[in-house]
Amino acid sequence: MRFSWPGSPRFTLDIKRFSVGNGERVLLLGPSGGGKSTLLSLLAGIVSPQKGRIDILGTDIGRVAGGARDRFRAEHFGIIFQMFNLLPYATVIDNVLLPLSFSERRRANVERGGTPADEACRLLERLGLPAGEIGGLRASSLSVGQQQRVAAARALIGRPEIVIADEPTSSLDRQRQKEFLELLFEETGAAGSTLIMVSHDERLAELFNRSVRLDEIAKIERSRA
Amino acid sequence: MIVIRLALQSLRARWLTALLSVLAIAFSVVLLLGVEKVRTGARQSFADTISGTDLIVGARSGGVQLLLYSVFRIGNATNNMTWQSYKQIAELPDVAWSVPMSLGDSHQGFRVLGTTPEFFTHYSYRGDQQLSFAAGAAFSDVFDAVLGADVAAQLGYEIADSIVIGHGLGSVSFLDHGDKPFKVTGILEKTGTPVDRTVLVGLGAIEAIHVDWQRGAPVPGQNVSAADVRAMDLTPDSITAMLVGLKSRLAIFRVQRAVNEYAAEPLSAILPGAALQELWGLVGVAETALAAVSAMVVVTALIGMVTMILTTLNERRREMAILRSVGASPRTVLGLLATEAGMLTLAGVIAGTGFLYAAIAFLRPWIDRAYGLNLPLSVPTWWELTTLCGIVIAGFLAGLVPAFLAYRRSLADGMTVRV
Repeated sequence: MRFSWPGSPRFTLDIKRFSVGNGERVLLLGPSGGGKSTLLSLLAGIVSPQKGRIDILGTDIGRVAGGARDRFRAEHFGIIFQMFNLLPYATVIDNVLLPLSFSERRRANVERGGTPADEACRLLERLGLPAGEIGGLRASSLSVGQQQRVAAARALIGRPEIVIADEPTSSLDRQRQKEFLELLFEETGAAGSTLIMVSHDERLAELFNRSVRLDEIAKIERSRA
Repeated sequence: MIVIRLALQSLRARWLTALLSVLAIAFSVVLLLGVEKVRTGARQSFADTISGTDLIVGARSGGVQLLLYSVFRIGNATNNMTWQSYKQIAELPDVAWSVPMSLGDSHQGFRVLGTTPEFFTHYSYRGDQQLSFAAGAAFSDVFDAVLGADVAAQLGYEIADSIVIGHGLGSVSFLDHGDKPFKVTGILEKTGTPVDRTVLVGLGAIEAIHVDWQRGAPVPGQNVSAADVRAMDLTPDSITAMLVGLKSRLAIFRVQRAVNEYAAEPLSAILPGAALQELWGLVGVAETALAAVSAMVVVTALIGMVTMILTTLNERRREMAILRSVGASPRTVLGLLATEAGMLTLAGVIAGTGFLYAAIAFLRPWIDRAYGLNLPLSVPTWWELTTLCGIVIAGFLAGLVPAFLAYRRSLADGMTVRV
């Protein structure tokens, strides 16, 4: 698989082969600016490789047309960013429910157990947030740590097969990092989701089934501008 | 659905800038619709000034000029028509009634109209409304005067007050008819027509005050007293114009031709409606310019709104990336911003229309009193509705500019927005 950002041929990511099994918890390690986020964008089908293929749940996502790829992402992925995960103007509950507007399957998954709002509250409570108190607040009024947990709830709602996290804990202190990851593992485990997380922090490796260094699986070329 | 909800929530978070954009659009809509309302209102007022009169006859001139000086008291007659011509036209078999009008003097800037008491019964306006007296009655003596509502109100005259008519049309008159003062016998109700700004006297009175004058100045040594004048024959030699009512409207063109071909002197007969149409043709350029300016203001307001959205675009890159990450297509991002622009414009248009109608409802009596302009509080016209729809569509389309930029960015950024 080979990819370079359109318009900037300076950066090229080249991966011979890399696979993750269902239900695995994988940590991708690499320095900042080392192509980790690019790899996540490729996995989530936001960008497509120029060469090679990316199989997700049996679909070559690079071959799928744009609109269908967005739907595919909505159906099968939950994504947590490093920070600024939430729509600041929307309420906490609306933020958690956001993916259900784009995925019918995940909505159906939720509605089997009750109303979407109840499920959102349940997830928030499981992640240690008082849903009753903060559910109606605007997302921007929460602390960073709380926002990350709301983002986790959003990624998990409707039980997507794959949860992708891009340095979700880097804005948290050590103690909170561990708490957050434990909650995340617990919930991805309960949902049966695969978790792929990237970080530059090698100390997190002990918590995962498997950790992979990005430079071991990928060749990154940087041509000077 | 989600797009509309998100756009609404996003706008609510930026309510101040959003409100300002809405206000800018609202005021531009007020201006655009207001100009149109005033334009149609002014036309209506002009058209309402005279009704029931089939023809206006005066010395030969352009139709607009004759209409302006005879009915609207704007400008001057270039020439008079003789009393003999008046009599002959009045006696044509198709003519039901005729009213002579003699203009040329003024009282403190208000024009003096010499006419007959028939003026009060035959002159009608706004459909078939007739003049009526707020106080007193029509003139009966030579030196009686009837005041229009504005004249009485602005100069503070009451019944039985004495007024002196100035010679000529200036508001400060160097020559006046001070030897022959008039007594106010009647004050008319407000009509919203130039009659409000007119002093009406008998036709004989115009003759009486000029009896000892020649070529626009008093003749030295000749001073005929007011008492002596009453004994004289006050039939005028000439009048300025005449209003004509016909027995049948079918005869209009026959009488008009007869007047235009009148052999004894060059005369013109005009149809008030046709002359008004001619007038609209003249002022149409100014109206178009006014409409163009207000359309420009609407465009400016829309550009302001697009600028507002564009400036928020950078800080909202993250928002776009989040939406993309949960599965929103770039098209949804495009729709979100275009919807935002559309909703702002819609809000502006609704607010603007509301403002305008509220303003008309509140200020209507005052505008009518101050300017004689009757702005009807009517349901929006087809033109207004289509224009308003056009503005909303234009706003939505204008929103596509920032939306398309966001679309391109969200394709290029993917999820890796560096904040």
